[in-house]
Amino acid sequence: MARRDTPEINAGSMADIAFLLLIFFLVTTTMDTDMGISRKLPEKQDPNIKPPVLKEKNVFEVNVNRNDEILVEGDTYMQIDELKEAAIKFIDNGGGTAADLQKEGLTPCTWCEGDKDPESSDHPKKAVISLQSDRGTSYKMYIAVQNELVAAYTELRNRYAEKKYGRLFDQLSSSQQQEITKNIYPQIISEAEPRT
Amino acid sequence: MAKFGKKKKGMPAVNTAALPDIVFMLLFFFMVTTVMRETELKILTPKLPSADQVKKLEKKSLVSYIYVGKAKDGTPGDKIQLNDRISSIDEIRSFIYAERAQRSEAEIPLLTTSIKADSESSVGTITDIKLELRDVNALKVNYSTVKGSAMDNIK
Repeated sequence: MARRDTPEINAGSMADIAFLLLIFFLVTTTMDTDMGISRKLPEKQDPNIKPPVLKEKNVFEVNVNRNDEILVEGDTYMQIDELKEAAIKFIDNGGGTAADLQKEGLTPCTWCEGDKDPESSDHPKKAVISLQSDRGTSYKMYIAVQNELVAAYTELRNRYAEKKYGRLFDQLSSSQQQEITKNIYPQIISEAEPRT
Repeated sequence: MAKFGKKKKGMPAVNTAALPDIVFMLLFFFMVTTVMRETELKILTPKLPSADQVKKLEKKSLVSYIYVGKAKDGTPGDKIQLNDRISSIDEIRSFIYAERAQRSEAEIPLLTTSIKADSESSVGTITDIKLELRDVNALKVNYSTVKGSAMDNIK
C-alpha cells in the first residue's frame, strides 16, 4: 500500500492557547523590585555593662519630634534639606590633635576637609550621629532623616574614593570598599529609643 | 485588462504562521520574569516612602516581610501583617523563628527582614517591631522604599 502522508495537525488555534496563557501571566506578574534603606540593628546590650562615655563634641544629636520638626545639637531647628550639609560638616571636621588621637590609637584625619574646629568631632571614626525620634514621628519623616544621614556618608565616601582611586565608591573592589567603611568613613549612626 | 481585474478580487491574507512563535516568545518572557504574590495583603497596600540611598535586596529567598499599614475597615492605628494575617507585636518572635526553621543553619545570619511600612504609620510601631527583632537577634533590616528624592516625603 502506498504510504500516505499523515494529515497535518491544525495549528490554527495554537496562537489562541498561547495568548490565553500569555494574558494569564501578564495579569499575575508583579515586576516590583525590592529596594530600601538597609540598616543593622544594634545587638542586645547587657544591662550590667555601662556604655562607653562619649565626648559631647563627638556626638551629633538629631532629634525629630512628633510634629516632624528636626532639632540638631539641642539648639538649632533645621529643615530636612539642610541636614545633610550639617552632618557632613560634623563628620568631616577632623579637629582632633595628634597627641589626643594617639591615646586612642588613631592618627589625625589627613583626608578630612572640614574646619578642624576643636569644638566639633575629632575624627570620622569617633564621630557618632545619634538619632532620637518620638513615637509620634511619622515614618516618612523618619525615613527622610535616615536617608539624609546615609547620604552624608555616601557623599564623603564618594569624595574620598574619587580622590584616591579616581572612581566612585560603588565601583571600587570590595577590599577597597572595606578599607573605606572600616577606617576612613565608618557609618556610625546610633538610634536612641524613642520617647513616648 | 483582465489582469487588473483579477487583482481586485481581494487582498491576500497576511501569513499568520509566525504568530504563535511571537506569542510564545512573549509568553516565555513573562513566565520567566513573573513572581507570584505569595501573600495576600489584609491591610491597605502600604504607600512606601521614597528615598535615594537605597540598596537592592539581592537574595529574595532570604528575606522575610513585615507589612505595616492601615486596616482595610478603617479602624485606627497601625496594623502589622505577618504572612497572611494581621498579627500583634508579640507574634513577630514566632514569625522569625518560623522563618528560620525553613532555612538551613548557614543561611540564618544572612536573613533580612524587610519592613514594608506605610509612610503615614508612626515611628512607635516601627520601633516596637525593631525591639522585637533585636530580641530574637534578627539584626538585618531593610526599610522598604521606592526610589525617589527623600524630599518628596515631606510635601
